Amino acid sequence: MIPMDWIYGLIGGLMIGGAAALYLLVNGRIMGASGILGGLVDGTGRATLAERGLFVAGLVGVPALVALAGAAPDTRITGNLGLIVLGGLAVGFGTRMANGCTSGHGVCGISRFSVRGIVATLAYIGFGAVTLLVVRHWMGAV
Amino acid sequence: MRGLMAFLAGGLFGAGLLVSGMTDTEKVQGWLDFFGAWDPTLAFVMGGAILPMLAAWRVAARRQRAVLGTPIPVPADPVIDRRLIAGSALFGFGWGLVGLCPGPALASLSYGGVEGLVFLAAMVAGMIGWRGVDHFRAVPEAM
Repeated sequence: MIPMDWIYGLIGGLMIGGAAALYLLVNGRIMGASGILGGLVDGTGRATLAERGLFVAGLVGVPALVALAGAAPDTRITGNLGLIVLGGLAVGFGTRMANGCTSGHGVCGISRFSVRGIVATLAYIGFGAVTLLVVRHWMGAV
Repeated sequence: MRGLMAFLAGGLFGAGLLVSGMTDTEKVQGWLDFFGAWDPTLAFVMGGAILPMLAAWRVAARRQRAVLGTPIPVPADPVIDRRLIAGSALFGFGWGLVGLCPGPALASLSYGGVEGLVFLAAMVAGMIGWRGVDHFRAVPEAM
């Protein structure tokens, strides 16, 4: 019996890929969350402000409607604000430095057989795993 | 039209993240926890997301332009440099530490509590921080 979580994962994944396909084939853009948000907040995406803003509005707004209906799951995020700030800074800085995150390098890059996307994905999963090993298993945090 | 489609794509992305369970930081950290209680769900999400995009890239390869007239993005030069590796390593570190990446951090904004807001604020600060560093590196003569 396949765990339900995996089936939901697959269905959600197909929706994510469908969104990326729509954004590519209709709008002609790569659906990368860090690039879309980054261009919005650092001033580099001035020419495409409305498109970026409305994408983010949908990304925040549709789950918010689900949350309003009382159907949103818990994020189970850590309560340690120091870790949250450190993690947030690293994710923001790193994804802009590498020009992509899980959606851009991962979903859009791997499906294009992009060497950069594949290498980036191996690197962030590898370093994420090492982080879990050190912080969770050796230091006992997170 | 362009804005509406962007809103719809963003909305479908957000709904997919929610359905997939990827706004649950424990599930993401579970995927990265290869040496503990490993949770393979993220592989199903990634696999599921890549399938429609494999088809989309095949369609895109036969077209010059997207439906709304924008040229299909050309592939980046296949350069594996320090910036790609170091940036991805830093991203992986933060991702492992908290269990959120940029998409889910936005998707869970309405139900992620104060902690989710703080994460998003720090992430935005990091993005602007990179812009500052990059700008500084790009124009050393402006010193």
